[in-house]
Formats: sequence, structure tokens, C-alpha cells
Amino acid sequence: MATTQAAKPTRRLFTELDYLQPHHWRRNIWNLTIYLLLILGSVMFILPLFWALSSSFKSDYQVMEFPPQWIPTPIRWQNYPEALTYIPFGRYALNTLIVAVGAITGNLLSCTLIAYGFARLRAPGKNFLFILMLSTMMLVEPVRIIPMYIEFKTLGWIDTYLPLIVPAFFGSPFYIFLLRQFFMNIPRELEEAALIDGANRLQILWRVILPISKPALAAIAIFNFQGVWNDFLYPLVFLHRQTNYTIALGLNFFRSTYTVHWGYLMAASMVALLPIMLVFFFAQRYFIQGITFTGIKG
Amino acid sequence: MSSLTATRLIKMPRWNLRQREAMLFYLCIAPWIVGFFLFYLGPILASFYFSLTQWDLLTPPQFIGLDNYARVFTRDPLAVKSFKVTLVYTLAYVPTDLAFGLLLALLLNRNLRGIGVFRTIYYLPSVLSGVAYVVMWMWMFNPQHGLFNTILTYFNIQGPRWLLDPKWALPSLIVMSLWGVGRSMVIFLAGLQDIPAELYESADIDGANMWDKFWKITLPLLTPSVLFNLIFGIILTFQSFTNAFIATNGGPLDSTLFYVLYLYRKAFEHLQMGYASALAWLLFLFVLACTLVIFLTSGKWVFYRSVGE
Repeated sequence: MATTQAAKPTRRLFTELDYLQPHHWRRNIWNLTIYLLLILGSVMFILPLFWALSSSFKSDYQVMEFPPQWIPTPIRWQNYPEALTYIPFGRYALNTLIVAVGAITGNLLSCTLIAYGFARLRAPGKNFLFILMLSTMMLVEPVRIIPMYIEFKTLGWIDTYLPLIVPAFFGSPFYIFLLRQFFMNIPRELEEAALIDGANRLQILWRVILPISKPALAAIAIFNFQGVWNDFLYPLVFLHRQTNYTIALGLNFFRSTYTVHWGYLMAASMVALLPIMLVFFFAQRYFIQGITFTGIKG
Repeated sequence: MSSLTATRLIKMPRWNLRQREAMLFYLCIAPWIVGFFLFYLGPILASFYFSLTQWDLLTPPQFIGLDNYARVFTRDPLAVKSFKVTLVYTLAYVPTDLAFGLLLALLLNRNLRGIGVFRTIYYLPSVLSGVAYVVMWMWMFNPQHGLFNTILTYFNIQGPRWLLDPKWALPSLIVMSLWGVGRSMVIFLAGLQDIPAELYESADIDGANMWDKFWKITLPLLTPSVLFNLIFGIILTFQSFTNAFIATNGGPLDSTLFYVLYLYRKAFEHLQMGYASALAWLLFLFVLACTLVIFLTSGKWVFYRSVGE
């Protein structure tokens, strides 16, 4: 179902543009070459993932076998139901989703505003503040985390999701910088036309800049979701009760006891990978060249 | 724009246009400034204070001035070695990651059927984090039964011992990290959407070939994304930790002893939090200097359509 949805704009473009052009056969050969290159490359990218998938159907003993079996005999289907009940997987997934939705909302709101300021408005001290903002990412996390813990403890935020969500509403340097680079690449004429029409800066950001920045916003949502879903250090330090745990902490249960339950770990990792895969697959549809700008011209 | 300015000036005579714009700028970035004071400044200042102390995390820190910093340069060859390892790793990894990320983005920036599936395949490895990622590669690099050496035996080549060989361990880690090229690919892919199709169409009319179009349209207009990937590549790569921590733990013969891995050991294994904070601050200053140099020279090679043209 997902594939047909994604293919829709593609098909329309094909029929309207390519087949009408005289050189379409040359383009087809070119497309074929690209498909071949992509298939060749994807083998390298997918082999380890395939091994992980196959391991998720093995017993712990089978995982350790050399040479490894690509298709395990017997196939241990029960790894999946067993792994998902070994830890309260649904609960952890829900917890992580709460953090992700909160953080993504916060980042999209704050980072667009902040990035717009850095990209478009002139003010004394702007470059200094920008470098200061970047520099906050350069201090290694293990060193920063202890003072942060002390701070959140005095606020009474430990063992809540607040330390993981609230900072997002004040912007993250990674996303601010990424958006700033995009905003700076939008020609000023688009804004000036709206300014002449009497729009204020906020309206321009909302009505002119954001609609053409969908690819960048999609990239931010993807990165943020993935970041929250995989984040290990911060939840580990700020969350204590096991019922509050996120997915990444939950996966650690498979190896924190005396032995590593490889089969379970791989099965649960595969299930944990699904949401990121889905989010990416749907968000990548905004990466379709030309669509962003043709709507503006004319 | 001038008529608008005039009416606004009549309404608000106290501020001129320039001051109003500056006010608006500070209003826009106000969330970050507040956040900086709330969540960053405290921990940053605290870590700087700790870098001037001797602190085992159990007893209160004791102030020792700049002695921690002197120790890095004069009495700790391992710290210097770990810095060199990280520098070599960064110099090799960041440019390769940029090149592959750009190449993949160009290949995947097409309205082909099923392109979403390919994009997902290339992106997926970069979302696998920590243990699962590294464990897979340890399996691929296994000298006896790993995927690489198994393939090499088909060609009668005796493969190296990869992660177990001091000469091959660091290159192996670079290959391992390049598998996560999906991150920079996505940024380039999003950046490519910013280039108007009209430019390519008029280049076609002028009879430009693909090579020309890449060097004269795509690359110049993509330089904002290149700058982003370059700066963040450097910031993140100098802080590399997880892969080496799990795969090699710094060995063999300290050939993959990353700076932050060494810092982590000092902080949490040897309980020298003060010394670790000093190491963190030296790295901070070095990366900041690199970023400043890149940022200040970026005016010469980064092209923004809102500025140039």
C-alpha cells in the first residue's frame, strides 16, 4: 500500500514528460544504468541487515555458529513473541513515542524561528551568537552530563520526560544550523514581494519560507525521531523507574544480564527498527526535485 | 519596500529600520538564548571549573589550577597519541563521508519508480545504533569466518586480520562508520530539492552536458549543505566513541584509542573527573578553532542564493 502511494507523483511525471520527449529511449538506458548501480550498492548496505534479520530467527547457540547460516534451520519464530514479552515492549515504545512527539514539536517550532533569525535578519552580534550556539555542541557529553543531572535534580525533573522534551522547545544547534543553511539558499525576491504586499516577517516565515522548506523540515523530523528512538545516554541518566524506560534502554535488558540473548536482541531490534523505517519512507517523499519550486514561480 | 518603511517609521518614530530588524532578530532567537542560560551555560561553566580541580566523583573537588592542562602536554603521551589517532580518523573519514554522501544523493535524487525503497535501504544502516551496528561489523570483519575474508578466499587472497591488526584496525573502523553515510546523504538529498529545476532546463537549452551541470549548477548551489556536513562531520567525528568502545576498546596496541574513549576511561574508570574535564575542554577549544577557520573562510566558497547572484 505504501509503495503505490509513494509512486503516484512519479507515474504522472513519467507519462507527462518523459514519453513525450524524443530522447526518452536514451533516458531509459540512463535510468537502467542507475538502477544497476543502486542495486549493486544496496547489496553492501543490506547484507549486514539481512544477517541481523536472519539472526533474529535463531537460538542463541545458532547465532554463534560459524560459518553462519543465512536461512536458519530450524527457524525460531517464537523469538519475536518471546522477546516482545521479555521486556514490556509496547510500554517502552509508547514512552519513546511520547518523548519523540514532544521533542519533534518543540524542535520544529523553535528551530524554524531561530534559524529564520540567523538566516535573514541583520543584527549586531549575530555571528558571535551563531558560533556560540555551534560551540555548545563541541563539549563532550560525558563531561556535561553530570552538571546537567545536578541541575535537573534540583528542578525535580529526574524520572520524568521533561529533561528529554523541554530543551527541544529552546532549539537544538544541529537543526538550527541545518535550517539556516536552507533558508539562506532561498532567494530574497520571494520575501520582498510579500513584504511589499504588506505581510510581516512572521507571516512570511509561515506562508513563504516554510512551504518551500518542506524537504528540510522532513529531514529534521527524520533525524529527530531517529535521535530520540536510539538515544541511550540521556534516558539512562535521567530516567530511573523501569516503567518509564525508552526502547533503547529496554533493548539493553537483553545483554545486561549475565549472558547476551542474541536471538531476542536481534528480534526486538528488528521490531524497533520498523517505526524509523516507516517514518523515513513516508518523509522521503518530500525529497522530490522540482516540486518545491515550481509551485512558487509564475 | 520603501513605502512600507515610510509608513512604519511614521507609526514608530523611535526606532529606525535597522534597529527594528535587530530587535526582531533577538526576538526570533530568544528561545535559544533562554535555553542557553537554562541548559548549557551552567554545565559548561561547571565543567570548566572541574577542569581546574582534582575530583574523583566521591570526595569534593580540590582546586589545582592549570595542572591538569600541563599534565596533558607534558606528562601524558597516551593523551597525545589518542589525539593523533582521532585526527587521522577525522581527516580520512569526513571527506570520504562527504564524497559518498553526495554521490549517493545524486544517484537517489530521481523520480524513478521504487526510488523510495532504495533511499530507505541506503539510509537504514545509519539509524541502527550502538551494539547492533557494531556487532554486525565485527561479524563481517571476523578474520576466519567473516564476510570479507570469505569473499577474498574465493579469489585466493589471504585477507588481513582487520580489527585485530594494529595496521588495519583504524581503516576498518573508518569503513564501519562509512556504512552510516545515510545521514549526510539525507542532508544532501534535502539540499538538492532547493535547486530550481528551471536552472537545469535552461542549461539543457544551452547544450550543457552532465559534467558542466554538476560543476556549474549542482555543486555551487549545494555548498550550504557541504558546509553543514563538513562542520558537523568534524564536530561529531572528533567525539567518536561508541564504535571503538564496543569493537576494539582502543586496541590493538592503542591503534584505535580515540580521544573521547581515553577521556571516558579517565572519567569513569580511573575516576579522574577533573582531568577528564580538562581533556574535554582542550578538545572543545581545538574543534572550535577548526570550526571558526572553516566558517570564516566559507565566504569564499559557500554560495547562498539570498546573498549572491
